[in-house]
Amino acid sequence: MSQERTIPTLPSVNPVSRDEGLMLYEDMVLGRAFEDKCAEMYYRGKMFGFVHLYNGQEAVSTGVIRAMRPGEDYVCSTYRDHVHALSVGVPARNVMAELFGKATGCSKGRGGSMHLFSSEHRLLGGYAFIGEGIPVALGAAFQTKYRRETMGDESADQVTAAFFGDGTTNNGQFFECLNMAALWNLPIIFVVENNKWAIGMAHERATSQPEIFKKASVFGMPGREVDGMDVLAVRTVAQEAVARARAGEGPTLIECLTYRFRGHSLADPDELRSKAEKEEWLARDPIKRLAAYLTDKNLVSADELKAIDRRIQEVVEDAVKFAQDSPEPDPSELYRYVFAED
Amino acid sequence: MAETLLFNALRAAVDEEMQRDPTVFVLGEDVGHYGGSYKVTKDLYKKYGDLRVLDTPIAENSFTGMAVGAAMTGLRPIIEGMNMGFLLLAFNQIANNAGMLRYTSGGNYKIPMVIRGPGGVGRQLGAEHSQRLEAYFQGVPGLKLVACSTPYNAKGLLKAAIRDDNPVLFFEHVLLYNLKEDLPDEEYVLPLDKAEIVQRGKDVTILTYSRMRHHCLAALKTLTQQGYNPEIIDLISLKPLDFDTIGESIAKTHKVIIVEECMRSGGIGAELTASINDRFFDELDAPVLRLASQDIPTPYNGMLENLTIVQPQQIVEAVQKMVALRV
Repeated sequence: MSQERTIPTLPSVNPVSRDEGLMLYEDMVLGRAFEDKCAEMYYRGKMFGFVHLYNGQEAVSTGVIRAMRPGEDYVCSTYRDHVHALSVGVPARNVMAELFGKATGCSKGRGGSMHLFSSEHRLLGGYAFIGEGIPVALGAAFQTKYRRETMGDESADQVTAAFFGDGTTNNGQFFECLNMAALWNLPIIFVVENNKWAIGMAHERATSQPEIFKKASVFGMPGREVDGMDVLAVRTVAQEAVARARAGEGPTLIECLTYRFRGHSLADPDELRSKAEKEEWLARDPIKRLAAYLTDKNLVSADELKAIDRRIQEVVEDAVKFAQDSPEPDPSELYRYVFAED
Repeated sequence: MAETLLFNALRAAVDEEMQRDPTVFVLGEDVGHYGGSYKVTKDLYKKYGDLRVLDTPIAENSFTGMAVGAAMTGLRPIIEGMNMGFLLLAFNQIANNAGMLRYTSGGNYKIPMVIRGPGGVGRQLGAEHSQRLEAYFQGVPGLKLVACSTPYNAKGLLKAAIRDDNPVLFFEHVLLYNLKEDLPDEEYVLPLDKAEIVQRGKDVTILTYSRMRHHCLAALKTLTQQGYNPEIIDLISLKPLDFDTIGESIAKTHKVIIVEECMRSGGIGAELTASINDRFFDELDAPVLRLASQDIPTPYNGMLENLTIVQPQQIVEAVQKMVALRV
């Protein structure tokens, strides 16, 4: 079993209303149900290639993205991008269709699981190589500052969130971009989803300082450590970071301590993570935790949550049906989208 | 603007386009206060400010990726590679992101950006500073590759590259920055995809680009005295190649010599030869002849360096052989 850190607790979390609680719950359930369906479809031969599922990490996507402005703020993801895409509002139908390689997919069947894009939802994309999305996100954040300061665009107050994993924080682009973000005071949030494992490489075997949030301090940037299995804690920290960025106070690094409930990808035999470790983290399921919170506080009833579960299941089934019924890309359009004029 | 040095022609292009479009900005190492390694952006920061002429830390991969993100969100970045060879450090962002992202995103994003800077074999700069990156990048889908060679075409082509909605790799040659030419006072923009007929002729088609254009012109002096009449074409666009102009010339001369500074293996000439054979084989009286650099890291020693790249005398000999069909 790899080394465990003490899970941090915040002095207090920002309270949520009933509607906000339901919104967060629904988004996390959608992420979970969608990924479970992906596993099923992959094993049934409906989707191909490398498929990296997000199960267990839902509190991070929901906690951060749902603290931002949908359709205005920018989000940049990795190869584990399905749930980020759903959180920013890309319809499940278009994400599933992309995984099926269909023309109705959000990347028109050209991208696949690791390359989900939606300009409409300001999803800058899923990036398959480690770290390459961070500078792209930095560019979106730079663009916001540029519009405000050189073009006099007062409405340019968008925030960009860059998601990546613990393994990425040993890559040069991570440090280079932290430096530039702090240097130019850019409106960006670096969200580290520390799920303890880079495929088979335990985090503490790869890095000399496992506490990633501390790496922000050398750039003069706030670094926050948060329980990534607690959506309300993630949301609280994210809201603060979003407000700072939006107010022109610069970047924040947030390290979310989380865990993936499945292997690195559906091709990963997942032999290195111990049973005890997996059980310990499974017991901290972020969806069950939010459900317990919402019912304990009498914000919602258990029946209401069950109704959401059922409705989301229908959404996912509908997404599969949509993907199955959608046309393949037109072979005559093989060359389309290589250039801007296509 | 009267007699203009090539680096100033480039500067004028950047200046005019920044004036014209507020989304155009420059970034790279020492492009601002220092004015660029070859002074292409000298003093532009005084006119446009530090954000529009952005001095970056030495982090090629990350500032190139940053430009991709800025381009995806509506700006028009111009990256200066202090030396184009440094951009090998940004290969991933240029290939995977700038080149392929529009396609993999199914058209969600376009990436209007220019990556420009000095390349080619200079004078004893050593192997790392003597790169011909066009060979490495020609296989990447989605990129346009353009090589300028005179003050006139440098200005017109760079303006076109900045206005293009695709990522353009814009190659300048380290030994051509001080070329002088009278430039028109009025604005002009040149097409990115058209080859330039430098010298009309009928004996043989010489296909070349960048600094080798001037080696071909040096050879032409000797060849003319000897009664030869070659057609010299500057490719300008290294990708896509202008097969209309190339084809018309071959239909006239039926003989082709390629003169390039790229390394022979996998270079622009290799691709060109294969494509000419695919398209115009029936027109050829002889196999395409390729004059290219040796397949070695560019040596520091000046004599060895000269042996590495093509010299005008070799072009003269190649034309003599080709016209006599002794190939």
